[in-house]
Amino acid sequence: MIHLVPRRQQSKAMVWGAPLIAVALTLITGGLTFAIMGKPMGEALYTFFVHPLTTFDGATELIVKASPLVLIGIGLSLGFRANVWNIGAEGQYTFGAILGGGLAIFFHESTSPFLLPGMLLAGVIGGMIWASIPALLKTRFNANEILTSLMLTYVALLLLGFLVHGPWRDPDGFNFPESRLFPDAGTMPILIEHSRVHLGAVFALVAVGAAWLLLGKGMTGFKLKLVGSAPEAARFAGFSETRMVWFTLLTAGGLSGLAGVCEVAGPIGQLIPTISPGYGFTAIIVAFLGRLHPVGVLLAGLVMALTYLGGESAQILIGVPSAVTGLFQGFLLFYLLACDVLIRYRIRFSEGRAA
Amino acid sequence: MISGWEQLAPLILTVITASTPLLFAAAGELVTERSGVLNLGVEGLMVVGALAAFAGTHATGSAILGVMFGALAGVVLAFVFAVLTLTLLANQVATGLALTIFGLGLTALLGKGYVGVTVGNLPQLNIPGLTDLPFIGPILFGQDAMVYLSFAAVIGISWVLSRTRIGLVLRAVGASHDSAHALGYPVIRIRYLATMFGGALGGIAGSYLSLVYTPMWAENLTAGRGWIALALVVFSTWRPWRLLLGAYLFGAITVIQLHAQGLGVAVPSEFLSMTPYLATILVLVVISRDKLKIKLNAPACLGTGFRPTQ
Repeated sequence: MIHLVPRRQQSKAMVWGAPLIAVALTLITGGLTFAIMGKPMGEALYTFFVHPLTTFDGATELIVKASPLVLIGIGLSLGFRANVWNIGAEGQYTFGAILGGGLAIFFHESTSPFLLPGMLLAGVIGGMIWASIPALLKTRFNANEILTSLMLTYVALLLLGFLVHGPWRDPDGFNFPESRLFPDAGTMPILIEHSRVHLGAVFALVAVGAAWLLLGKGMTGFKLKLVGSAPEAARFAGFSETRMVWFTLLTAGGLSGLAGVCEVAGPIGQLIPTISPGYGFTAIIVAFLGRLHPVGVLLAGLVMALTYLGGESAQILIGVPSAVTGLFQGFLLFYLLACDVLIRYRIRFSEGRAA
Repeated sequence: MISGWEQLAPLILTVITASTPLLFAAAGELVTERSGVLNLGVEGLMVVGALAAFAGTHATGSAILGVMFGALAGVVLAFVFAVLTLTLLANQVATGLALTIFGLGLTALLGKGYVGVTVGNLPQLNIPGLTDLPFIGPILFGQDAMVYLSFAAVIGISWVLSRTRIGLVLRAVGASHDSAHALGYPVIRIRYLATMFGGALGGIAGSYLSLVYTPMWAENLTAGRGWIALALVVFSTWRPWRLLLGAYLFGAITVIQLHAQGLGVAVPSEFLSMTPYLATILVLVVISRDKLKIKLNAPACLGTGFRPTQ
């Protein structure tokens, strides 16, 4: 049986070792999965995890896909530190895209240089509005934010569906459920020529830097941790739990909304029924894989972005359904959570029965 | 009057069909939570159960065997959850999310080949004489076995929790794992069993979706029903009988909004589709606003890890 022997103190090595072990285990499991599907293991793994990085398109797409993941992941990691479980980032992302994109559709003939900044602001506000609902329901009515934020995700997705099928449908679009294309003034500037890398990548880096400063300096990081791990003590010390719930939800909502509007004003360029391959949910894994640390989130965002690209290249090159992406993401999170035990405990195997 | 009855009966039948999976999933999660384990992966349990049941029925030709496959898949997945959270002491919230992400990913991949396939339905009860009774005949005596089983599950769970020794021990483990451990009860083993029981019912709930409710396989078939089931457990304030009320309330909301869409009500269909999700939020708010009530009824150790002292 497995015995857990507590360590005297948390293992610093394992804090960062656990994600590496988890990634290694995911690679092994991924290889076995490919083998079961009858694909040559080495070639399939290369196609999934390495091939996307060998081309200019792949390497730049990695940044395109990592940008929203990092933006959302940074916000979620702040909340998770305080045990605020916002799992509705997908909804906040969507509502941000609706509000920001709506501005572009409303001013579709605009050439004003203020259109894009206005859209970005609207996106942030949209995400914050959507996140403020679970915050209000949590702080005022004690309603579980996990369930309310998730339910609101379905509501936001349906709202987007309604808009692009109905009032915001492109009048010249042959009845396709798509909005007009955003005007040039409402489109994200491209940072790297001949690629889709847009300004959102800069926002992601800024968010990483800001979170790093926030957590490194002053009391915020400590407050978040205390509210999360010892709410009684936090109350005693005079830290308001209510304020922490609002702060983390609004921050995560704003960043998710920003990610949403960047995506529709960037790579997509219009509103369509599906504007995310599940970024809001994958960002949960990004936050954990990145140890809820800003720099970790940045690295984890790149790793998870690779799983999207890997799924695409596996589908095109070796005929594996791109749905393996979701499977690998699930495996990775499982392994990570399992490996985290190594931070606080040593594992001993023995013949005897565990209590 | 006669035509009114004739329209009402099929409506009630569809409400039963929509409510049964919610009832199964919520009943399973209630037992899990009463032992102190918060498994947020109900959505994952359901979607994996749904595909396993569908594939099992397709392979064996028997829907009853299919449901067993669904239940088994739920048990296996819940076991993984239990190993992570109970043995390896992983965070229960995060692991529950992982279960859902994993389940949706796994079924999206494995389910590819089952899209558009049809399988045989569950046989329905038919008692000559009784089932032919007008109105109440088909409702009371014309359901499939699973509907009766869902009621039996609620009655059984209620009885076991309140009237039997094992139920008392399970509640003790959920209320105070330290005291239960001190009294010599195997806290971890009981939690393993409760979690796997929840997994079995979650898997059965999914089976009912793919075999009876839809009945077909589609990616992300559960569409948030696992999360609604979690909300129903809060709604019930952890009491089995109230689950019946909650599950049928939500089943009715789902069916009424679908009917409203079919009748071409002047509200866009997307807004009607929002109602179950909005109703979930509303219900949570109404029930949770009384902090004391939640505190008194929720298992005190819900979601906290336990490591037995040697």
